[in-house]
Amino acid sequence: MRTLALSFRYLWARPLAAALNLLLLSLGLASMTLLLLISEQLNRAFERDLAGIDLVVGAKGSPMQLILAGVFHIDVPPGNIALAEVDVLQKDPRVAKLIPLSLGDSFRGFRLVGTTADYLHHYRATLAQGDLWRTPMQTVLGAGVALATGLKVGEHFVGAHGLGGGGRAHDDEAFAVSGVLAPCQCVLDRLILTATESVWQVHEQAHAQGEADQPAKQAGREITMALIQYASPLAAVTLPRHINRATGMQAAAPAVEVTRLLRMVGVGTDVLRGFALVLLLTAGLSVFIALWNALRERRADLAMLRMLGASPGKLARLLMCEALWLALLAAALGLAGGHLMTALVGSMLQSERSLPVSGGLTVAAELWIPLLAVLVAMLAALIPAVGAYRVEAGELLDAR
Amino acid sequence: MISSRALQYRYANGPELRFDDVALPQGGVLLLRGASGSGKSTWLALAAGLRRPSAGQLTVAGQDMAQLPAAACDAWRARTVGLLPQRLHLSDALSVADNLALAYFAAGLPRDAGAIEAALAALGVAQLARRKPWQLSGGQAKRVALARAVLLAPKVLLADEPTASLDDDSAGDALTLLLETARRCGASLVMATHDARVLAALAQAQTLQIRVESRGQPAPVGSVA
Repeated sequence: MRTLALSFRYLWARPLAAALNLLLLSLGLASMTLLLLISEQLNRAFERDLAGIDLVVGAKGSPMQLILAGVFHIDVPPGNIALAEVDVLQKDPRVAKLIPLSLGDSFRGFRLVGTTADYLHHYRATLAQGDLWRTPMQTVLGAGVALATGLKVGEHFVGAHGLGGGGRAHDDEAFAVSGVLAPCQCVLDRLILTATESVWQVHEQAHAQGEADQPAKQAGREITMALIQYASPLAAVTLPRHINRATGMQAAAPAVEVTRLLRMVGVGTDVLRGFALVLLLTAGLSVFIALWNALRERRADLAMLRMLGASPGKLARLLMCEALWLALLAAALGLAGGHLMTALVGSMLQSERSLPVSGGLTVAAELWIPLLAVLVAMLAALIPAVGAYRVEAGELLDAR
Repeated sequence: MISSRALQYRYANGPELRFDDVALPQGGVLLLRGASGSGKSTWLALAAGLRRPSAGQLTVAGQDMAQLPAAACDAWRARTVGLLPQRLHLSDALSVADNLALAYFAAGLPRDAGAIEAALAALGVAQLARRKPWQLSGGQAKRVALARAVLLAPKVLLADEPTASLDDDSAGDALTLLLETARRCGASLVMATHDARVLAALAQAQTLQIRVESRGQPAPVGSVA
């Protein structure tokens, strides 16, 4: 009989204690897995969505709000900026590329974004079906939007005022679906894209007073923000300062704001990581107590094994193997539980049209989970194993 | 065979035991007589390699115990000696068959299910293989423990008070079982006992009398009758 097989039988000879220890260890490992998966996916999302965007320009207010609204589309923008000022900025030699974004409406919680084709090219998005918009009021759906809403090319829908869904519907202005994007694993997946003119048309129609005020409206047109790519690294030094001082707009550098955001989120992550470590420590103590009790309860069994000819090392290995079983089972359960919890968090975020988080993704850092489990279990088993090593077979012959 | 000459054992903080010489041929029966606490179990422990003699010579199944390295002692015991302690020490966490398989585990051998079944069948308890020890009667448990002790065909079978706390019929059965099993295996049988029924039944067997004259003082003296 092999040590692994015997230790497994001894472990499950006390099923309730084994199950509780397993549960405790699994919970700690599942929490660690959840943290790993979510932080990795958030980092990836930030890197992907921020790639190539050096500056976000919008209304004055919170710079982080501007980044969250303009790049990740998870916050409301601080306001609008004058198109005339954006036109001036576009002609600035320090600007290599400027992508306008106009927000304000949504469909079933998915944001309608008025922009140009540059926005799609920036993320190297490709069309899975249909074509890009050719005229105002035509839209291209992100892959996630098409999946969630069931809208197809050629169908029509009516947007609602506001970004969160549930706002007043623009009943008299229906959008047509001209195309659907292939999944890009980026922010475009959860956006509905259209020409900037569509957003103006919907809102100008809503507030129309008559044909006479059209020139005035055109003169006062606004967009929500602009994504900018610098022409040269030197622009990073001068352009944001120029915009913040000399215009009515605000410039926010994503790199700075995201670093700040990650630092703030990092505090929460550290707290959760600490909590998971406490859980693991508790589990380690629990395994130790279980094995120590097993040693006391089975002292006669161990002495009997010595009497039958088992070496002290073999007895120590028997205890260590019990801990190893717990570790391996807990690692498997913890990883599965961590992915399940991540999937639940992902579905909650999806219902809020927020950042995409998947329970199906695996990351290399997960390899640490079984190693961590084995380490905790081995440490917990060390003292009981030494106790087993010291068991004397002579105890049995003296026992009456 | 088992032989000893001027064998002594000193407890760490206690008396020194001196045993009379023994010469038991292979397949023979030796009775260790003496009062409780006189040192019978210590003699068994010495023969099993669980304790080391402090002086003298003890040879078990051709092995000079003083020359047996400590590291090799466990493996030697696993393959040479069958031990039947007074308390049977069957593990309640395991089935009867798994309790027998512990002998293979201890010896570092692969489990032989056929041999386990045969050993249980030879002692009339094959039908109990899947039960847990706490589900057995005292007599059944003794048979299972004996099956485990002889599973690897030991050359020496050491039994400590095998008839203690048994009624006359059960004591007779246990004794018959031990003698038959040892004979079937060709093993030498050493029994520590102070049971008059055993001594009477085996009046012709070789006997080693172990006495304690004064606990805590040297010189309890053993003698071969």
